[in-house]
Amino acid sequence: MASLGSALLGLAFLTAFAAAALAIAGRNGDERLLRFSRRTVYGFFALLTGCVVIIEIAFASNDFSFNIVQQHSSIETPPFYKMAAMWSSQEGSLLLWAWVLSIAAAAALYATRNKLREVVPWATAVMMGVAAFFTGLMLFAPNVDPFATLSPAPENGVGLNPLLQHPSMMIHPPMLYSGYVAFTVPFAFAIGALITRRLDAEWIRSTRRFALIAWAFLGLGLLLGARWSYTELGWGGYWAWDPVENAALMPWLLGTAFLHSIMVQEKRGMLKVWNASLIVGTFSMALLGTFLVRSGVLQSIHAFGDSTVGPYILGLIGVVLVGSTALIVSRLDDLRSEKRIDSLASRESVFLVNNLLLVGMTAVIFWGTFFPLISELFTGEKASLAAPWFDDYTTPLAILLVLFTGVGPLLAWRRVSWDSAKRVFRVPLAVSAVVTLGLLVFTDVADSLWALALFAFAAFALTGLGQEFWSGASARRRLTGEPGPQALVGLVGRNRRRYGGYIVHVGVIVLLIGIAASSSFQTNRDVELRPGESVVVDGRTITYVKPTVKVDEEKLSFGSLLRIEEDGEVVGFLRPSRAFFRPTGQETGTIGSFFSGEATTEVGLRAGIGADLWIAEEPNIGAVQGRVRRADKGFEACIQGGPGTPPECKALGALMRASVGNPQREARALDQISRLQSLAAEDVAKSYLDDTAPSTFRVIVDPLVTWMWIGGIIALAGALIALWPTRGRRRGALVRTEADARKEAKYREIRDAELDHAAGKLSDEDFASLDAELRREALEILDRVDGENGNGNGNGAHPREPEKVEPG
Amino acid sequence: MDPQRKRKIRLVVALSTAVLLAVALIYTSFSASTEAKEPSQLLTATPGTSYEMTGRVVKGSIEREGSGIAFRVVDRDGQGESLPVTYDGTVPDPFRGGREIILTGAIEKGVFVGEPDTLITKCPSKFTTKSDG
Repeated sequence: MASLGSALLGLAFLTAFAAAALAIAGRNGDERLLRFSRRTVYGFFALLTGCVVIIEIAFASNDFSFNIVQQHSSIETPPFYKMAAMWSSQEGSLLLWAWVLSIAAAAALYATRNKLREVVPWATAVMMGVAAFFTGLMLFAPNVDPFATLSPAPENGVGLNPLLQHPSMMIHPPMLYSGYVAFTVPFAFAIGALITRRLDAEWIRSTRRFALIAWAFLGLGLLLGARWSYTELGWGGYWAWDPVENAALMPWLLGTAFLHSIMVQEKRGMLKVWNASLIVGTFSMALLGTFLVRSGVLQSIHAFGDSTVGPYILGLIGVVLVGSTALIVSRLDDLRSEKRIDSLASRESVFLVNNLLLVGMTAVIFWGTFFPLISELFTGEKASLAAPWFDDYTTPLAILLVLFTGVGPLLAWRRVSWDSAKRVFRVPLAVSAVVTLGLLVFTDVADSLWALALFAFAAFALTGLGQEFWSGASARRRLTGEPGPQALVGLVGRNRRRYGGYIVHVGVIVLLIGIAASSSFQTNRDVELRPGESVVVDGRTITYVKPTVKVDEEKLSFGSLLRIEEDGEVVGFLRPSRAFFRPTGQETGTIGSFFSGEATTEVGLRAGIGADLWIAEEPNIGAVQGRVRRADKGFEACIQGGPGTPPECKALGALMRASVGNPQREARALDQISRLQSLAAEDVAKSYLDDTAPSTFRVIVDPLVTWMWIGGIIALAGALIALWPTRGRRRGALVRTEADARKEAKYREIRDAELDHAAGKLSDEDFASLDAELRREALEILDRVDGENGNGNGNGAHPREPEKVEPG
Repeated sequence: MDPQRKRKIRLVVALSTAVLLAVALIYTSFSASTEAKEPSQLLTATPGTSYEMTGRVVKGSIEREGSGIAFRVVDRDGQGESLPVTYDGTVPDPFRGGREIILTGAIEKGVFVGEPDTLITKCPSKFTTKSDG
């Protein structure tokens, strides 16, 4: 099996090269070569799928001759975690990277099979180049071969770390990888567009979806990681500005900027250099994230053994940065904007501001993350920056971002007249003022001015977005005569991208409200309680009712039953605990061995719309540990058979001695011993129930933190709406050419303008001139499409013109 | 004002703001940072100055002391003299003997006193080298 896997991987490596070579050979429009190259990419995907399947089968069937299986799984590992253990290894995660890339590349080439005939060959070459790099890494770099074998095969594996045995931990890495990897597609097409100087918006239209998918996956990955940290790690936070977290946040921020600024290029033909640079930056950041977790360059909670692949990835980042920069510089003439910004009060200039804020935020995080290296370079001393420094910079930037998120959708493209501005800003400003006043009067939000500013801007932005939906829906009702709710659904359905985007905005703002409230107004206390004692934290009475114990073969778990009272009424019970695991892959041994493995905190969490009550316990197991030591000693003495040992001990000792050299008996003796030991362990652990030693509890009251997760889910739903294929496409109109796409985009712009006008965002005068201009442009496109169809020859004669519409 | 000039002014304003912000960023980062040191360097460090210590917890040295814990750390490579540490606050899940930790604190009477809630324990690496497994 392993050799089959190695063969498939080797073949995949060659296939990646072949696909790239075929694509470049067919760059002048040789349809046959291009089709062949595309199918070779599908083949690459099939080969890597084969590799993944082989590894998964090995995990499922406990094939410990596979090094990767032996190191990361065991017979006892639950099936679900067996399937997911692949990416908890270095080599498995590289395989996952390459596999996801093969999916993305195949999908991208399928989606563009009738478009961008000049750009696609180069994009194929770039994607397959990256793919060859990662497959080559597994084949040639030391210690990262997923098909390395062990001979003879051990009987059992080391097992999977219990801390990682958490559902979100199993989904979190593939989400992040999918995000990182999917950014390869827009990057590759950008490079292709630069090489062929096809620098209109078509490469963006064709890969925008991939950028959005990447963005959504990365966001989901970040959210799951934060959730895991909050519920599992026992420190009560969700974000620590740890280098590895930052490494995933940076491409997400740049990706967010990219998703906004490409709209400016699509609509107005501006910001071309900026967009090309942004996607290069985003992809480099994604590679940097992949690199950071594998290098040991920075000190991080996510300690990853110093591994061998770091320098190679760093090399790839260097090639990407130098190559892309040279390419962009050499194409500066072709990247000149087609138009200029008409007015500062326009949507495009707000997009520019939001881009600057996002890039600024990335720059701050980048500086802070790499500060240890920077400081060593300049002062010779490694020094690092803690969370407060990051907060100082990112907080104001995030607050401004919320403000501009509110302003942007209210403004029309190109320019906004004073009258229409007054009309659209009136309600959001009023609501924001009322909310601010209300917060000042009824709460003590004023303690944190940053939080107050954020809430004020959030109220403004949310009202503005609500107004967008409202006025859009009523405009549609006037145009179509549909009833209100139906008009709203129709509005979103017909303009998925726009209103999906607005829903994302709502989600992100709600998420930021959650972050602001929970970080500014958190109550955080460490208290020592004995059974029966109570403490009052932020109006909630918490009573330590009694200690609890759970014993099973792999862990001892000590915890407590807590009663929660609010206003004198019992509202619920929480059961925080801490579990002590035997070292992985070890089922027998002394009782004390339970305390030499991992320990995991089970948080007692009472989530609420208003606030979360979060309690983690540090059980006082000093007394238990003492008894465990004595029990272990007694057990040993018992088997040695010293004076005064009870009779069953003597029998056991005799059994032990008799079984030496007799495997069958030995197994029985060991079995008996482990059974007795489990009983003893249970006994000793149960003694904890009578302990009255105080345990330490960390009690956190986190206001509005639930909204962080709710906001995240809303944002993802919005992204999904924006991604959903439009109806026209689903109805068999799968084959679309560039000219069609351009025509459709222009029609959409006309519709947008009509909607903006009907919604009162555009003055009559502005609308008249805009509409006339758009219609003229649409006619030009139509003329061109007709001309090409009449000529019958799209290739050769007009190399820069849209291709001929293909039959079928 | 003609548009060309207006654009130029805008550009100058934007660039100077960016430069100012960058200078502030650089300045504060150097003044807000804590120096990172390993235990062997801290044995002779100035008492009272805050440092970020990265070290490896000595196996079997962890003891409960009041509401906190006391333990010893050595350099990450496991070499050199060990440094006594006290820490009062929640201990992260992966904390135990033999693990690498990062802790901010200062030397007081020869003991490294950690600030509450700054103890970071490296995750039992997903990508462990074999020696760890």
